[in-house]
Amino acid sequence: MAQNYKDELSGVETTGHEWDGLRELNNPLPKWWLYIFYVCIAWAMVYYVFYPAWPLGKTYTKGLLGYSQREELVGKLAEAKAGQAKFLTAIAAKSVDEIQKDKDLLGFAMAGGRSYFNENCAACHGAGGQGAKGFPTLADDVWLWGGKTADIYQTIQHGIRSDDKDTRGTPGAGMTAFGKDGILNRDQIDQVTDYILSLNNKAADPAKVAKGKTVFEENCVACHGDAAQGSVAAGLDGVGAPPLKQANWLYGGDKATLVETITNGRAGMMPAWSKRLDDATIKSLAIYVHNLGGGQ
Amino acid sequence: MAQEKKGFSHDLIERNTLLLIVLTLITVSIGGLVQIVPLFTIESTIEKVDGVRPYSPLEVAGQSIYIREGCYNCHSQQIRPFRDEVERYGHYSLAAESMYDHPFQWGSKRTGPDLARVGGKYSNDWQVAHLVNPRAVVPESIMPGYAWMKDRPLNYGDISDVLKTLRVVGVPYTDDQIKNAKADLEAQKNPDGDTAALMKRYPKAVVANFTGNKTVTEMDALVAYLQVLGTMVDFTKYQSPKQLQQ
Repeated sequence: MAQNYKDELSGVETTGHEWDGLRELNNPLPKWWLYIFYVCIAWAMVYYVFYPAWPLGKTYTKGLLGYSQREELVGKLAEAKAGQAKFLTAIAAKSVDEIQKDKDLLGFAMAGGRSYFNENCAACHGAGGQGAKGFPTLADDVWLWGGKTADIYQTIQHGIRSDDKDTRGTPGAGMTAFGKDGILNRDQIDQVTDYILSLNNKAADPAKVAKGKTVFEENCVACHGDAAQGSVAAGLDGVGAPPLKQANWLYGGDKATLVETITNGRAGMMPAWSKRLDDATIKSLAIYVHNLGGGQ
Repeated sequence: MAQEKKGFSHDLIERNTLLLIVLTLITVSIGGLVQIVPLFTIESTIEKVDGVRPYSPLEVAGQSIYIREGCYNCHSQQIRPFRDEVERYGHYSLAAESMYDHPFQWGSKRTGPDLARVGGKYSNDWQVAHLVNPRAVVPESIMPGYAWMKDRPLNYGDISDVLKTLRVVGVPYTDDQIKNAKADLEAQKNPDGDTAALMKRYPKAVVANFTGNKTVTEMDALVAYLQVLGTMVDFTKYQSPKQLQQ
């Protein structure tokens, strides 16, 4: 190889490139950089031996450690479960009511329940269980399917009008669409709406209220109870009809919304969680929800 | 001035653009091929699990809207095998679960939550209410609303062609599925109609009139797509990583 031009000032050889009289010094790589580079190469060799690395047609080298991220996860999950085993076995063995009476278990269930509630339930029911239009408030005393811990436990497990075979309610079928299905005419809906408004001490036409009471007795009491107290208070199982004398309406207690509800019906749906969450988690959730403020 | 070198040398490559391009392409493609080709030949790359099927026509249309609106910019569809992710979102994602996605929607950014298993997590009504105005149900949400989508008719005249195109890139749609694409799309929106043929072709499809509109709207399609995400594989059958590799 021909000797390249040597820079006079630094005494370093140049690369031989020249641009309009400018030359490039051919300095060696810094030692620290070079040695780290060699260490990296050596590390790669060690890695090949211990970890999955090279493709071999249909399979690959598994490495001496046989490492797999998925297997590691199995270990981590088991480790976490083992750490909580004392509580988890007790929760699995006891009923939700028994857990509530045990201070330690209650603390554990509430702490876990809170995390799971925020991840899974808060999207519909709100972070504090305040609910939203069409999604029931869990912090009040209006319960469509029962407000005892055991009732809540069953609701979370199987859902409401869900695809679970033990679901509460019938999938797709909720409150009858009295207007759309031609059971009540517009006048009758108007009258029964005024009757419901009168139950809640809201402005209503007395003439309509009287007629509306008859409409109510003929059409609504089967689900909402003869005193409009709701299916739970009336002791009607598997109906899920709310009380109609109340302040916290699921869809709205104003006249326009009530007319809409009676005309088109309603069928709120809640997914079943038993396929997604394990039993101890669902029990914790039931206890957490019961303690949001409205549990009975 | 440096001396001109003869034959194959650094000098030669540096001074010949075409040669530089060709040699660069060869070098880069070796790197790419070494990393990519084994994934096609190694048998355990895509797990052999039951249940994963091509998307129904309405779901495919929904996925197109998901992509059009850039949902992937904020939502990933890939649950990684870590304890914190698995406990929050459910079973880690399998390669098999996105093998019919073109393009896949794994994403790389979570401004919102992962959506790989959002199917069935919330009710249809919630999905619609949330898309119309996220803050109506999740006050702290920063997601934009898509209210207009609720009433915007879905353009699905070419849905059989969409399925045909997907078949070209490897999604195993049958002739039967392509022929009935339009009918299946409409059937999935009509819970009162006959859905037996649809459910046979696309098991676990969620049938509902999602928005309550008479016409099929873009939001109907999007919610149908969201409601099937992550629901196809029955994980009670695959308890350990080893079972997934068989």
